[in-house]
Amino acid sequence: MTAIDPDIPLDITEASPITLGPWALVWRKFKRHRLAYFSGIVVLFIYAVAIFGEFLTPADPLKTSTRSTFAPPQGIHLFVTEADGSRRFQLHAKGLTMKLDKVAMRRTYEPNENKIIPLGFFVRGYEYKILGLFPSRTHLFGPTKPRDTVYFWGADRLGRDLMSRIIIGTRVSMSIGLVGVLVSLVVGVLLGGVSGYYGGWADTLIQRLIEFLRSIPTIPLWMGLAAAIPLDWPPLRTYFVVTIIVSMIGWTSLAREVRGKFLSLRNEDFITAARLDGLNDAEVIVKHMVPSFSSHIIASLTLAVPLMILAETSLSFLGIGLQPPIVSWGTLLKEAQNIRSIIEAPWLLIAPGTTIVLAVLALNFLGDGLRDAADPQAH
Amino acid sequence: MMGFLMRRIFYMIPTIFLVSICTFIIIQLPPGDYLDSLAAEMGEAGVESTAVLDSLREQYGLGQPMYVQYFKWMKGILLHGDFGISFEKNRPVTDLIWNRLGWTFGISIMTLLFIWLTALPIGIYSAVRKYSMGDYIATFFGFIGLAIPNFLLALLMMYVAFKYFGQSVGGLVSPEYLEEPWTWDKYVDLLKHIWMPIVVVGTSGAAALIRIMRANLLDELYRPYVVTARAKGMSEFQLLLKYPVRVALNPFVSTIGWILPTLVSGEIIVAVVMNLPTTGPLLLRALLVQDMYLAGSLILIVSMLTVIGTLISDLLLAWIDPRIRYQ
Repeated sequence: MTAIDPDIPLDITEASPITLGPWALVWRKFKRHRLAYFSGIVVLFIYAVAIFGEFLTPADPLKTSTRSTFAPPQGIHLFVTEADGSRRFQLHAKGLTMKLDKVAMRRTYEPNENKIIPLGFFVRGYEYKILGLFPSRTHLFGPTKPRDTVYFWGADRLGRDLMSRIIIGTRVSMSIGLVGVLVSLVVGVLLGGVSGYYGGWADTLIQRLIEFLRSIPTIPLWMGLAAAIPLDWPPLRTYFVVTIIVSMIGWTSLAREVRGKFLSLRNEDFITAARLDGLNDAEVIVKHMVPSFSSHIIASLTLAVPLMILAETSLSFLGIGLQPPIVSWGTLLKEAQNIRSIIEAPWLLIAPGTTIVLAVLALNFLGDGLRDAADPQAH
Repeated sequence: MMGFLMRRIFYMIPTIFLVSICTFIIIQLPPGDYLDSLAAEMGEAGVESTAVLDSLREQYGLGQPMYVQYFKWMKGILLHGDFGISFEKNRPVTDLIWNRLGWTFGISIMTLLFIWLTALPIGIYSAVRKYSMGDYIATFFGFIGLAIPNFLLALLMMYVAFKYFGQSVGGLVSPEYLEEPWTWDKYVDLLKHIWMPIVVVGTSGAAALIRIMRANLLDELYRPYVVTARAKGMSEFQLLLKYPVRVALNPFVSTIGWILPTLVSGEIIVAVVMNLPTTGPLLLRALLVQDMYLAGSLILIVSMLTVIGTLISDLLLAWIDPRIRYQ
């Protein structure tokens, strides 16, 4: 039945089977994991926000304003109605009129339909330095007149723009995760490697240490360590000490994983072959062992980042981690510490809270997907 | 079993010793000590107090090398059960802490029960009805539970409870019962309050356990022995509980080892937010004012009790699973 059509050229030049390298295999499997792929994009986006923070802020995150303490979030409106009744497209926000409630001793805000604050892209605002290098006044989005301020996510108790503060806080919160993970990577791989490769008393000692660290509740210990940071330290030093405290959790699980990998690889044929070729320990480890499990390490590192972000947030929230004027998601949540301020200004809780949950979720999904992809042969 | 028990207890001693040293170093880290600030305060008030300060200094070895202070503190604890005094409250530490420690561990253990009671059925359900609507909902809530920090969830629940249900929030009993003796009404009131910290602290643990249970059970569900049992004509429910769930349960029980420390940690931070009469607020306050013996004793005892709790859970596990005790 299936007569061969002579017009269709037969593909005789049989291509040699494409051999994908291990990283290409991992990438191919990762791309198939939709949720993880999407989360990866979200994570990249969050880190981009961290890098280009000031460019994205609609207002100066440090500028206080007594006229707009606890100002509620303002929506973005698309059309304005002209005096003659025609409608015209113009991005804008409605201005707020403040009323002082003398009885309750608090301010209330009403959107003012007549006060229109035009919004636009690439507007002029406060001065900053792109990547800390080039001075600029251009901001991605905001009120077109530099004198106006719009609070997209509300204002805090000093009338500072919450959205801008969250954007700036991204830098500290996300980088603490990264730096902390780097610290735990170095410690974890070093100790886990020694433990798994050499075994013996070093292994016993390190395993005992890990068991010890895992058997004690972390929060009280961290609280003790963080409370020891003097309040008058420069912000940068506080930042690094908090990072080191936070990274104390990450390395134990990583060390265990590395140890397990070393133990299982130690007796593999290709390791014996490498050793018989006359390679010394360091060469065997760096050239042959580490490449065979580096994808696993990357996956566990990704899963460790959200833990550290949560740890920093918790400590700063308690007031013993980072201190204001450092802006991080944790110090922002500290503003929402008691039920009174949450009732008065729920956005102080909701906006930073949602940001944290989003970042942590994205990192978790990404890490899960990477962990699945780290074994490209497994099904 | 006896050998296993001895070995575990033997391992525990250096752990507790290390905990005590770490605690002591941590509380010594801040520069200066409480007596410095006390002296400054007394000086401002114009009180002549060198004698009082000197006797305190002598009693606790303040100003002496760290190891001398450590030994004095340890000697007091081991020989007299004396954890030192709280400088701020001017009372022995032992008077202040036991009540609060009881609540911390009470809430932690109730949370553990809550986690097991919720995670077990939900985990089994999502494994058996894989990729069903219920499974997706459980997975979704699981991820959310892992991603929300404890204190954020606490704040959120307090906000919702206050705004939409008008419930009084914070504390374990309503204000009017605070000084009352324990009556039936007070117990009912306690139950109305205590579920909130339990749910808040337990959510992330339950989320983790649901995922573990689901994965373990999925590994077992398609084994040949399950098919055999089904071929014999067992009812599906009976079969499920009798074979695969029992096998999948072991890793579940062993999680108690890591879950107890995280529960205690979570309880402490949630207690600060919800203003519960447990160790959390007391510890935070003590750390902030450098009330070192109070802070140190709290960290020490919480850590020690956690280590002991983990030991008990390990023993239980060894009792259930012979493979562990003969390792």
